[in-house]
Amino acid sequence: MIAHVHDNINYLKTKKGIMSWLVTVDHKRIGMMYLASILLFFITGGTFAFLFRLELWSPLKDFLTPDQYNQFFTLHGVIMVFLVVVPGIPAALGNFIVPIQIGAKDLAFPKLNLTSLYLYWIGAAVALWSIVAGHADQGWTMYAPYSLSQNPAVLWMMVAAFILGFSSILTGLNFIVTMHTMRAPGMTWYRMPLFLWAMYATGIMQIFATPVLAITLILLLMENFFGIGIFDPALGGDPLLMQHFFWFYSHPAVYIIVVPGFGITSELIAAFAKKDIFGYRFVAYSSVAIAIIGFIVWGHHMFVAGQSELADTIFSFLTFFTAVPSAIKVFNWTATLYKGSIDLKTPMLYALQFLWNFTIGGLTGIILAILSVDIHLHDTYFIVSHFHYVAMGSTMIAFIGGIHYWWPKMTGKMYNESVGKLASIIVFVGFNVTFFVQLIMGSLGSPRRYYHYWDQFQIYHQISTVGVFILAIGLFTALINLIVSLWTGATAPANPWGAKTLEWQTDSPPPLYNFTETPVVTHGPYAFETEKA
Amino acid sequence: MDNGKTFWLPEKASTFTSIVDPAFDLYLWISVFFFGLIVILITVFTFKYLRRRPDQLATAQITHNLTLELSWTIIPLIIVMALFFVGMKGFLHMRVAPSGYMQVNVKGQKWSWSFEYPAGAVNDTLVVPVNTPVKLAMTSRDVIHSFYIPAFRAKADVLPNRWNAIWFQATRTGVFPVECTQYCGTNHSYMWTAVKVVEPEVYQEWLANASDPGKGKTPEQFGALLYQKRGCNACHSIDGSKGVGPSWKGLYGRQETTNVGMVMVDEAYLKESMMVPTAKIVTGFQPVMPVFQGVLSEREIAALMAYIKSLK
Amino acid sequence: MATVTGLPEHHVAHHFDSAEQEFDSAKTGMWLFMASEIMMFGALFVGALLFHTLHHGGFAEGSAHLDWRFGAVNTFFLLTAGLTMGLAVVSAQAGEQGKVRMNLILSLVFAAGFLVVKSLEYAQKFEHGTLPGRLWHAHHGFSDPFAHVFFGLYFVMTGLHAVHVLVGMGLMIFALVRSSRVQFSRSYFTPIEMVAIYWALVDLVWVFLFPLLYLIR
Repeated sequence: MIAHVHDNINYLKTKKGIMSWLVTVDHKRIGMMYLASILLFFITGGTFAFLFRLELWSPLKDFLTPDQYNQFFTLHGVIMVFLVVVPGIPAALGNFIVPIQIGAKDLAFPKLNLTSLYLYWIGAAVALWSIVAGHADQGWTMYAPYSLSQNPAVLWMMVAAFILGFSSILTGLNFIVTMHTMRAPGMTWYRMPLFLWAMYATGIMQIFATPVLAITLILLLMENFFGIGIFDPALGGDPLLMQHFFWFYSHPAVYIIVVPGFGITSELIAAFAKKDIFGYRFVAYSSVAIAIIGFIVWGHHMFVAGQSELADTIFSFLTFFTAVPSAIKVFNWTATLYKGSIDLKTPMLYALQFLWNFTIGGLTGIILAILSVDIHLHDTYFIVSHFHYVAMGSTMIAFIGGIHYWWPKMTGKMYNESVGKLASIIVFVGFNVTFFVQLIMGSLGSPRRYYHYWDQFQIYHQISTVGVFILAIGLFTALINLIVSLWTGATAPANPWGAKTLEWQTDSPPPLYNFTETPVVTHGPYAFETEKA
Repeated sequence: MDNGKTFWLPEKASTFTSIVDPAFDLYLWISVFFFGLIVILITVFTFKYLRRRPDQLATAQITHNLTLELSWTIIPLIIVMALFFVGMKGFLHMRVAPSGYMQVNVKGQKWSWSFEYPAGAVNDTLVVPVNTPVKLAMTSRDVIHSFYIPAFRAKADVLPNRWNAIWFQATRTGVFPVECTQYCGTNHSYMWTAVKVVEPEVYQEWLANASDPGKGKTPEQFGALLYQKRGCNACHSIDGSKGVGPSWKGLYGRQETTNVGMVMVDEAYLKESMMVPTAKIVTGFQPVMPVFQGVLSEREIAALMAYIKSLK
Repeated sequence: MATVTGLPEHHVAHHFDSAEQEFDSAKTGMWLFMASEIMMFGALFVGALLFHTLHHGGFAEGSAHLDWRFGAVNTFFLLTAGLTMGLAVVSAQAGEQGKVRMNLILSLVFAAGFLVVKSLEYAQKFEHGTLPGRLWHAHHGFSDPFAHVFFGLYFVMTGLHAVHVLVGMGLMIFALVRSSRVQFSRSYFTPIEMVAIYWALVDLVWVFLFPLLYLIR
């Protein structure tokens, strides 16, 4: 029996008032606060993109100056990377779901969880302050020596990223410990849902990679303030060293960004095909494999930067190995659909979109590992499109799919299914219209971060801008549909989708301590039945 | 005239297009195949196994098939290894300039390019003869830029205090855009110039007429003059005999043993030796060379390098 | 429950199922945190080693200007504090509250000693002008133009380490407070153990820092 039965009720109702939320240690409330914050920053970062895509309608000035354009793409990148997609799924959905899926009452360190949230908010505040404090235009990649201009806005951005990094490390740490020590009785590692395996792999990367970003930022700040001579070539420093340090974190970071999406996709496909994931162990191991291999490939961002041919060759060779675990996952998910019972509910539409977008994103990534071809494609729109296919078309789509999937559990409400489906289709069309043409633009030689462009690229830019309108409409429709359901949605049952993981074996929304009785696990996470012949 | 532009790739104008474009096309077809396969399978499965009754369950819980799983692990692995070799082979060819190249030095700065020619000419567009290997030794005066000629499939970052080199061989005459492709500030997207590829006779004529800062010498001649005028001859011989400093005879392209290990004597090392002479000391010599930073102009450094290279 | 010292026993936080789960979680978490710290300092070490190779002359000069005796005294202080922290853990497991406090106080004293010596060293640098980058105004004794890069890295690395020593002292004070609020025993000595593991990292980093900056040429 769980102690304190008298307050083990719907977590939304246990305590009232803003203060009860701000000092809570309940992982569910913390997850919801993260969710609201992240969606807010997604809209902010998206607005900057919307505006500069409008500017790109014509090759000449429409309404932004070159400096404003440069600042907008910088802010778009910094907000999206550090405030949305890196924290994203782990903070908003992971915090809510991980303890429940594992059968525990909370994460291992609830107070540390609240600390992570406050670090996130403080980092976000500093990042937003940097918008006001000046004109940061160095791109989210902050390459030296351009970022050594002692511009106060750039410096505040570096401080913000530093703080946000700690939030990320502590979240990963919390998840890994929770999975080691707090699994419910009977939940062996191989009975854990694949979402948890993905969170584990992500946690490894958060803990081991993010500290290197912290040092990179400290050194950049020291170089800016004191000119210590580590990155600035005029002072005896090496700008390539900055790139090595930066990408040592930022390459694992892109897997921190996408691996949680893999976890959600497994959950959605299993639930909406009523099937055990094909090749469960391969899928579980492949997340861990990606996490590990992801640490030794960072130099593939620097093939034309001036490293030696030997370094380039080694990084290219190792990068190809990241292709295999990703390919395995896509094949396994596809095979899971075979002989299933497939229901095209909203979350499933997002999961299928993920497969489409991630296949393109992954394929366009592998081509970049081909050294001779990368010389032509590097720093063009091809790269921009590739990373949007994975960071947005895969991660954000999985994120939105996951929000829809777990919405009834988190809020106790059902959203309008027809509107949800419609929004999902509009998002799919809008996303691909926006970004597919950018692949072509890039391979035709159009550089990235370009305010002005040659006339022959205008048609592609215009198609892309039209796509952004469609995408925005789809996203806002989805958001409004979800928010409206809070007031007018039907009451959600405990298990609206008939799924088998532990979070569906408790009420919607869950009680404060997640379960009324400690669950005992006797089978795997996707133990669906089959039709009688 | 067909300039070779396709749906995906820009016009073709260098020998590199026969390396990059086939690799790109090969990969495109592999991608289309796998993407198509996945999309078709997903579509077929989705509609064939669509839930028709609300309580309908799966018809079978197939959770693994070792043959299938091993196949789709090993086959992609083989494919990507093949792609690696294709890429590496092409890349090494694209990185190492063949002998007999013509060199032009490139300076990037916010937000323009300047090209410095052997005879001392400085120009703002890159004029080169067709069907000739051209090597560009590039450096930046301020932040990191990147030199990109889409039609040649050639690109390299351009860094301050370092020399990065690329080479290419243009296959037809014409004017081809050159763009900066590493973000460098306000006018990053205006930092463009062009490569003008002309017949060799036209090139020679251009070069002879191009502005010349009064020397009228080949870079080797100018370098030979500087060798005496700047006092290099006090410490460095050109006949192989050891002086206060190493002899310049046969110096370029040699592997030297220094106090920090083996170094290849290339442009980067030569420049460093002039700018920061104490950085790497050849074994057997003292760190007594004066600093030439601020003393030698870029043109003079280039001339000296050309002279050193000519002393085989 | 009454204990020998009259201090209350520790209550397991109620999201845990058992004291064992709570302790396992704390220990796993602490080691993971230490792993992240090793990655952080490790990155700095890689940078330092790279510059040691790139600007060997400057590094040798810079290193020669550090007084290894200060470093040796500091090594002694840190390692002794590590010893007293280990003794504190043993005392906690035995429930000897008084000895725990004594060992914690000794650790604090040695840690403070480290910071005092460090301040003396830093003061000396200010006097000699061997400060990072733009603040450099050393007048004599340096012929290599890149000696200042050494000092830049010296300040970042020892500064970051000193911040960790300060945090460690804060943790020791926190453990002292805990020792007057709750009874330690074989089944509950978590706070002392956690501080000891943290301090082990502080020592580990220094054990590499000292030779790298002070000893190798």
